[in-house]
Amino acid sequence: MLKVTGLNKVFNPGTINEKTALDDVSLYLKPGDFVTVIGGNGAGKSTLLNCIAGVYRQEKGSIELDGLRIDNLPEHKRAKYLGRVFQDPLMGTAADMEIQENLALALRRGTFRSLSWGVTAKEKIEFRKQLASLGLGLEDRMSVKVRLLSGGQRQALTLLMAILNTPKLLLLDEHTAALDPKTARKVLELSDRFISSMSLTCMMVTHNMRDAIAVGNRLIMMSQGKIILDVNGEEKKKLTVEQLIRMFSSRAGEEIINDRMVLG
Amino acid sequence: MEQILLGAVSLGLLWSIMTLGVYISYRVLDVADLTVEGSITLGASVCARMISTGGDPFLALLVAFFGGMAAGLATGLLHTKLRIPALLSGILTMIALYSINLRVMGMANVSLLRMTTAYSILGSLLGLSKTVSVILLGGLMALAIVFTLYWFFGTEIGSAIRATGNNPRMVRAQGVNTDSTILIGLMLANGLVALSGGLIAQSQNYADVQMGTGAIVIGLASLIIGEVLFGKRSFLSRLLSMLFGAMTYRVIIALVLRLGMPADDLKLFTALTVALALSLPRFKDLRDTLKVSMNGRKSHA
Repeated sequence: MLKVTGLNKVFNPGTINEKTALDDVSLYLKPGDFVTVIGGNGAGKSTLLNCIAGVYRQEKGSIELDGLRIDNLPEHKRAKYLGRVFQDPLMGTAADMEIQENLALALRRGTFRSLSWGVTAKEKIEFRKQLASLGLGLEDRMSVKVRLLSGGQRQALTLLMAILNTPKLLLLDEHTAALDPKTARKVLELSDRFISSMSLTCMMVTHNMRDAIAVGNRLIMMSQGKIILDVNGEEKKKLTVEQLIRMFSSRAGEEIINDRMVLG
Repeated sequence: MEQILLGAVSLGLLWSIMTLGVYISYRVLDVADLTVEGSITLGASVCARMISTGGDPFLALLVAFFGGMAAGLATGLLHTKLRIPALLSGILTMIALYSINLRVMGMANVSLLRMTTAYSILGSLLGLSKTVSVILLGGLMALAIVFTLYWFFGTEIGSAIRATGNNPRMVRAQGVNTDSTILIGLMLANGLVALSGGLIAQSQNYADVQMGTGAIVIGLASLIIGEVLFGKRSFLSRLLSMLFGAMTYRVIIALVLRLGMPADDLKLFTALTVALALSLPRFKDLRDTLKVSMNGRKSHA
């Protein structure tokens, strides 16, 4: 499904602030793979997602999605295949537009936008059903401006927008990190439910080791722009946080990590 | 007095079309677009040149609209393709338009006295006075534009443009090329501004290469007056409030001039009004902070 080969990304090349964010990263995802990505600050997790999404252009390497080279496409063209949720709950929605308008924008991801009506009556009926599935009562507030929603509600809405027009690959970039623990759990549960019910291929970056173990069928650990651990299937199910910490110290050659990763 | 008010309303209607343009760039796209100062004059210049050489005044308005769109395109390309900050892109186009406007007119100002304008055609057709035909044509056009904009911003493209002003990153993630939406928005905005310039030139019977100076501030003043006084509930009411804002601004100006303010101080007055209006939210914050600290002091006592 996703084939990343020899990806390199350097920020501020040739300056004193030069930083290699991705160092020859290769990765293959099977259809239906749900990969959680962990690692310390600056490990390259978000950079990897942003390179796949086209926010950054890589220095070297290629990215293939479902047999199609996407690494030369601009961000808005890749969006056709990708669903994305960001860390900042404000980032994924248009605040001054209604809930239904945001959904309608997302429904048209990857299609040509014309002068036909932005939200149709038929779509509104469908949106109502889908919003109800979030269990947040948003189905009765469809014409409310997104600005008035809480961070958790906005993040749940962004998640729904990301999967509305079934993406080939879902990219979740620490999408629960800015939420309070209870809301974070709820949004994570929703994500897990959507991903398994729709058999989506997904990469989820997280700071939280427990979450990284709890969901998904595969776990990747990154450090200094490299993938240093890749655990699959049964082996991943048996992982514990303690094991992960030990693996991290031995493989990354540095002491772990920060409190947020262990306790978060 | 009545005559003054009527004149202010008619002028306000013509300027309201420019205010709608400013609304698109400043509120919808969230770009302070200084192209306006050049494109309003461009519209006036085009109309003056065409009419003074015997052209059709209505056709002149259409050409003015397209000329304005071209100006918006220039600013948009500087901003999106060459990555020049929006404010500077607007300034560059504005300065370039100064020369272009001189070329279009062939001189610094052109008089249209005793020539056939859109209003004189309408006036002789319906037997109306100049002021009434300005109000009629200006009002009809302003309303038609409001409803067209209301429709347009409800379409798929229009929604994408609105979202671009809100959150360009999200819009790109939804597969929209934000360069295109910004271009379309700026073209539409400046097209309307130039149309407004053409209508103004035809009503005052002359075009002057300086007439755009301070236009952006007048547009912003009208926009803020409209929003503050006439509400911002639905999108349609926001658009309509631009018309009322522009007319109210003209009435206020007519009144302060009548009360004896020298016309030379007009731009200073307008700039101060806009600065005050734009800083209102800050004053509100300050007041709230003061309140909180006062309450805090009370509870400690």
